[in-house]
Formats: sequence, C-alpha cells, structure tokens
Amino acid sequence: MAKSSIDLPPKGGFSFDLCRRNDMLQKKGLKPQSFLKTGTTIVGLIFEDGVILGADTRATEGPIVADKNCEKIHYMAPNIYCCGAGTAADTEAVTDMVSSQLQLHRYHTGRESRVVTALTLLKRHLFNYQGHVSAALVLGGVDVTGPHLHTIYPHGSTDTLPFATMGSGSLAAMSVFESKFKEGLTRDEGIKLVCEAILAGVFNDLGSGSNVDVCVITKGHKEYLRNHMQPNPRTYVNPKGFTFSKKTEVLATTITPLKEKVEVIEAGDAMEE
Amino acid sequence: MTKQHANWSPYDNNGGSCVAIAGADYCVIAADTRMSTGYNILTREYSKISQLADKCVMASSGFQADVKALQKVLSARHLIYQHQHNKQMSCPAMAQLLSNTLYYKRFFPYYSFNVLGGLDNEGTLHLPSTVGYSSQGSGSTLITPFLDNQLKSPSPLLYPPVDAVTPLSEAEAVELVKTVFASATERDIYTGDKVEIVILNASGIRREYMDLRKD
Repeated sequence: MAKSSIDLPPKGGFSFDLCRRNDMLQKKGLKPQSFLKTGTTIVGLIFEDGVILGADTRATEGPIVADKNCEKIHYMAPNIYCCGAGTAADTEAVTDMVSSQLQLHRYHTGRESRVVTALTLLKRHLFNYQGHVSAALVLGGVDVTGPHLHTIYPHGSTDTLPFATMGSGSLAAMSVFESKFKEGLTRDEGIKLVCEAILAGVFNDLGSGSNVDVCVITKGHKEYLRNHMQPNPRTYVNPKGFTFSKKTEVLATTITPLKEKVEVIEAGDAMEE
Repeated sequence: MTKQHANWSPYDNNGGSCVAIAGADYCVIAADTRMSTGYNILTREYSKISQLADKCVMASSGFQADVKALQKVLSARHLIYQHQHNKQMSCPAMAQLLSNTLYYKRFFPYYSFNVLGGLDNEGTLHLPSTVGYSSQGSGSTLITPFLDNQLKSPSPLLYPPVDAVTPLSEAEAVELVKTVFASATERDIYTGDKVEIVILNASGIRREYMDLRKD
C-alpha cells in the first residue's frame, strides 16, 4: 500500500493549539484566573412534597464580618426562591433582574412561573458575562411539573439534583447531606437535615456563621422561616456597660474672628417678571 | 535567562488575637484559643500563651510554627541565663531578649505578633516598651481603638502632668478583656472558640477561661 504523500489533519481528538500561546502569555506576566472565595453556606433539598432551601446569615469582607444577619434566600416568584453565594451585589442584582423578568412573563402568559424558566434566564445571563458576574446559586421551587432543585455556577453551568450545596461551606454541608439524605423525607425531617447542613457550615467554615434561614416551598404554599435557628448569641456583656465620654484633651486655644459681614447693595432695576 | 519567580512562601497565618493590660499591682494577658488557616479551623483549643519566666508571660499570634520556634529559643536562652545567674530573668530583661531575638532575624522574620506582660521586681506591671496596654493579632484593629478610648493615658504634653497608670482594678481589667474578646469575635472571623486569661499579681499566677462564639 502506497503511503499518502499529503499530510492530512488527524480526525477528532483535542486541539492543543492554544497551549503555546497561553504559556507565552503566562511568561509575559498574565495571572491565571484564581477561584473566588464565596464565604457562605447555602443548601437545598427535595422532600416528599416540595423543596427546602437553607442559608447562613454571615456576610464577610475579607477577614471582617460585614453583616451578622443578612438575607441570602432571595425571592424569585411566589413559588420559586433562590439562595445566593458569591459577591452580594451580583447575587442580589441577578435575582432581582430575573424575578422582574418572571413577573412580566406571568403578566404576559397568565400562568405560574416554572423553575426551568428562572434557571434558563439565570444561566443565560451568567454565561453571557463569562463568570465575571460572580453568583453561585441554589434555585428551588414547585411548579406545575413538580418540585425542582438546581445549582447554577458563576460561569453559567447548571446541575439538577435531589440535594445541593454551594459556597465556601458547601463541603461541610455536603458531608451532612451525603451521610443522611434519603428520598421521601417528611417536612420536619427535611427542615432538620437542612438546618444540620447549614450548622456544619456555620461552625466549620470561617466564611459562614451567625443564624440559619430556611424556606419551605410546597405546592401552592411557601413558608419563609427567617432566623429559624439562632445558635450564636453574644457570649459576654459587661453588666455595667460602657461610657465613651472621654474627650480629646485641649492643648491650646486660638480664636480667629470671622471677617466682617459684607453688605451687597442692589444696583439697577429689579428683574422684570 | 528567564526571570525566576519566587512563588514559594514558607509562611502561613494562623490568626488569633492577643491582649494585655497592666495596672498598678497586676498584669492581665489574654488570647483566644482558636487556630485557623484560610477558611478552616485547625483546632478550637490551642493555647497561644506561654510562661517564659516566673513573672513573665507572652501571648503570640501569627504563624504558630514560628511562634513555637521563637518560644523554644527564648526558653533555651532563659535556661542559660538561670545557669549563669542563678535566678529567674526579670520582665524588662525578657522584653529586651525578645526584641533582640526578633531583630536577629530581621530579614527572615519570625511571623509572630507578641505581647509580653509581667511583674517587675517590686511586683508591678511591665510590658515591652512599658505601655499600659496592648493588642496584637487578627482582631487588634478592632480591639485597639476600644482600649484607647477606655484606657488611653492623658497626653504627656498636658500641664500640670496627669498620672499615666491604667486606672482599672484587677477585676475591672479582667471584665474589660472579656468584653473586647466577645466583641472582636463578633466581627473577626479568626477570633473565637474560647479566651484564655492569665492574671499575674503579688499572690502569684491565675488562669481563667471564657467561652466565645464558635462560628
């Protein structure tokens, strides 16, 4: 058999064309993308007649706690809620935007919103911004097709799961779900498991803390349990309280009198009406 | 030749806060017992306080491996001192030794933030550069302004001069330490779990613990 004299490109397989370019860019000082630390624990699970979402309430700015009791379970539609981790501004903006789109869609169709609609709107927006909108979401709701739970990553990829966790406390929370989740949990069992997962994040992840928020969504009904658990009260309060009356000491005093008042004399006619 | 990047670092920060307050006849040294790295808690009960001499106690936060190494050097030097002088090192001497030991490694430092407290030979306060109070570590940015407000001595420029000693009693100082740690724990993620308080006075050394938030 004669060997072909022309070099044909190989069929299929991966292309490594950009490796040399990337190597060159890195040598020139381009920093490869790093992972964003979200500093949150958010979870969700499907139980026998709906979806339960859970979140901690700590918001951080680096090592400092910016808000001890913030809300991370956002409203999307009457039957859909969404937990957000990542940059607070992004999660809030993106959920607000999509919830208003859903509202308009309901006015147009006269039907209840579906969870997949919210999912598609969210992932399209996030994919458009190539991960620069740093929102990691757990979306849950009950619609005409039943209960749904999804996770959405900042780059726009999505998962459909019976139980889900997100944020820096996601590993701690997932360890609880992986060991205890089963299908067909009752409402009380579900809430208990969600709380336990959030508490695992609260106590073992420094980015998560304070209280536990829970949202239970069932067919035609929802219950937002704000601060369902408050396991972290202040440990010590001075019985006498404190005064902050100490003034800065006056070392020297000089008084500079104001300049004399200047009188403006009206000249010419007053403006006509 | 291509440029070499030094992207290897031998340091870590294990967080934690240290506070010391000195009064007329006592010294309180305190630190939380949480040791962490990044967003993880390594342990909830790690003592950051070490007794360097009979009347000299140091609390250190920062990189605990360096802290351990530093404590080892100090205790070795203290043992030599005892053999040579047949007595315990005084607190000002220990403060000078600490300062020299740290500066010896000026260009490859011990990554440790220390507060040294103790009693001098008359049984009164001592801190390095002899301040009335000090705070170090991850929560120091939250604690120092509060201590300044409550304890800051009047300006040395004032005339007639005003006495600079911390005006609190021992019990009040311990109470203040508990408050600053409870407060720092509210807002600093690296401070928490428990606070260890060591109290030095004429009757000896005493230890107290108080629980802090564990989240």
